[in-house]
Amino acid sequence: MTEMLSGGEILIRALQDEGVEHIFGYPGGAALHIYDALFKQQRVEHILVRHEQAATHMADGYARATGNPGVVLVTSGPGATNAITGIATAYMDSIPMIVISAQVPHEVIGTDAFQETDMIGISRPIVKHSFIVRTASEIPWLVKQAFYISTTGRPGPIVIDIPKDTTDPNELFEYSYPDSVSLRSYKPALKGHSGQIRKAAVTMVKAKRPVIYAGGGVVQGGADEELVKVARLTGFPLTNTLMGLGSFPGDDSQFLGMLGMHGTFEANNAMHHSDLIIAVGARFDDRVTNNPAKFCPGATIIHIDIDPASISKVITADIPIVGPAKPVLKELHTALEAEMVKHPIDQSSLDEWWRRIALWRQEHGLDHDQRERKSESGQLLPQQVIQAVYRATQGEAFVTSDVGQHQMFAAQYYKFRQGRQWINSGGLGTMGFGLPAAMGVQFAVPDATVVCITGEGSFMMNMQELSTCMQYALPIKIVNLNNQALGMVKQWQDMQYGGRYSHSTYSDALPDFEQLIRSFGHHSFTANSIDELDSVVDEAFSPKLKDKLVFINAYVDPDEHVYPMFVRGGSLEDMVLSKGLA
Amino acid sequence: MRRLLAVLLENEAGALSRVIGLFAQRNYNIESLTVAPTEDPTLSRLTLLTEGDDEKIEQVTKHLNRLIEVVKVNDLTEGAHIERELMLIKIRAEGNGHREEVFRTCEIFRGDVVDVTQDSYTVQLTGPTKKLFAFMRAIGETSILEVVRTGVSGISRGDKILEL
Repeated sequence: MTEMLSGGEILIRALQDEGVEHIFGYPGGAALHIYDALFKQQRVEHILVRHEQAATHMADGYARATGNPGVVLVTSGPGATNAITGIATAYMDSIPMIVISAQVPHEVIGTDAFQETDMIGISRPIVKHSFIVRTASEIPWLVKQAFYISTTGRPGPIVIDIPKDTTDPNELFEYSYPDSVSLRSYKPALKGHSGQIRKAAVTMVKAKRPVIYAGGGVVQGGADEELVKVARLTGFPLTNTLMGLGSFPGDDSQFLGMLGMHGTFEANNAMHHSDLIIAVGARFDDRVTNNPAKFCPGATIIHIDIDPASISKVITADIPIVGPAKPVLKELHTALEAEMVKHPIDQSSLDEWWRRIALWRQEHGLDHDQRERKSESGQLLPQQVIQAVYRATQGEAFVTSDVGQHQMFAAQYYKFRQGRQWINSGGLGTMGFGLPAAMGVQFAVPDATVVCITGEGSFMMNMQELSTCMQYALPIKIVNLNNQALGMVKQWQDMQYGGRYSHSTYSDALPDFEQLIRSFGHHSFTANSIDELDSVVDEAFSPKLKDKLVFINAYVDPDEHVYPMFVRGGSLEDMVLSKGLA
Repeated sequence: MRRLLAVLLENEAGALSRVIGLFAQRNYNIESLTVAPTEDPTLSRLTLLTEGDDEKIEQVTKHLNRLIEVVKVNDLTEGAHIERELMLIKIRAEGNGHREEVFRTCEIFRGDVVDVTQDSYTVQLTGPTKKLFAFMRAIGETSILEVVRTGVSGISRGDKILEL
């Protein structure tokens, strides 16, 4: 017997059939037929946000924590435009996401109708693909395609724009959901080219100063294990991009830390002086390469990436390998094993290489305990807060961050153990991402400890979601590195603009965070010193408050800078290491 | 370097705007663009004239291929190919001597006069872009009233075809 459903019901049924459990959204006129269909069912839980941007970041956090696409539902016009920042964030970091935007009815499209906006046009440069629904009967096929395209190849966000008339409750259509999808114009690579992989193995065993440079593609591709195996087999040093953190254990001796603009001294130096770079799921972003013309002058480049367009975009690859990280690394491991029987790795060169790396570590490592350092003003240092959170969570929390100094401190000082544990907006650099992303993670993994490391500037960009946290009793731990300024902007103004703080401070206009947080029924603590920090962090992460949202307002030294920092226009070895050298 | 790209595209609403959007977004240049459905009505074929060195064209090609609706991309300038463009040109033609001269030039270039008034000829001319420019030079700037060009269409020579 065929089922007859309205367009709104068809949409929700298709999402159910796709295995969707959560939708993050906000209702409005053009979306009301869909919302009525949601009301009449139990299988999909809808999370009511306070701003559509937050809905997209929640779906994004949800996707980053699980690998499954996050789903967003917004109304037309402002609902759709509010979602744009979150879609761009997901696009830049290759996150699978389905954004369903309601649209005004077909008959008024193009008439500047109330709450009409050309969502397909506005979102075009920041989506992997988009669809506009012409008739309700095509909804199942479009939803199927959307999920397929979003999650395969290089993942990304998909917009489905649904004019209100196609969800009319009075027009019924037969429902059936397609089993499979195949598109003649979209055939993502499922494995790498075996010849190229063998060539990579042959090159790797000959290297004297190799570095493995692993990025977000390893995390998104679930290839942590394969990455670790290749690193263990070869004994090569490994560095992660900001997006790749967690794909290799952060406390491992083979790990050089993050590379890039605020990467470690040893990671950037090792890259610069290497003779072979094995890039996996990384895209040679400008925050990694510094000046591409001066990038790693002596290095041969092996570049493994799922997206052919990422290869040789910035830095020309000598051995390009197009394919998903997991099967490519697996095959590379096998090829290396075979090659190493014939040509063992030059161990004495590798040992010598590790000795050089050890010297860089010694010269300026992040290993030293920040506790022993005193800030110029005697105030709490942001790094100390991250280390305290790391200890309290035993390195096992999901950590989201916003954007700025706190993000870099978190990346440097929280040693992640697994991929998906570290969730931040790397490509777009979206302030306001942290709290909603943490909420999405908490929905995905209800029992996990989820920490949002933020700064007061970023936090205030989406703090309305404290109300959503109250509604759904989300026990997120928010750690606010409060320096009463836009810290990273201020750092640049210190270093490049003679300390002229153009619109980067607002210390006399900040709310009383304790009162603010408590007004939403949450818990809040303040830390001013290292002694207060320990007791506050212990209490915040104590079993007693496990089910509560806790906000730690840590007043940190407003003059602290993030180091190392690239010298602009230089190579990877050109770094400023402290204020004195600036 | 001048490059002529042939692109097979799903003949769907919005597909062309993605191609054009890509060129704008990535700061690539479009010199000319022609597009129409092929013998298979589900496919459109574009011929796109752009500028760039090998590296740039490789990136353009990769990014075109990344668009979901793009089925196939081929750089025609990599091999032997044929390029044609159609031009409609309205030419001032006053007085017997001048009218004669314009008409003769038109014949030399194998153009067709498709519309005539007492003061003008409208000529249809096809050929490679170079030929169209040569014709315009021969006619002279002061006599040209209006020019409309279709942009270049291209196809490979020999048995080579662009297919699914």
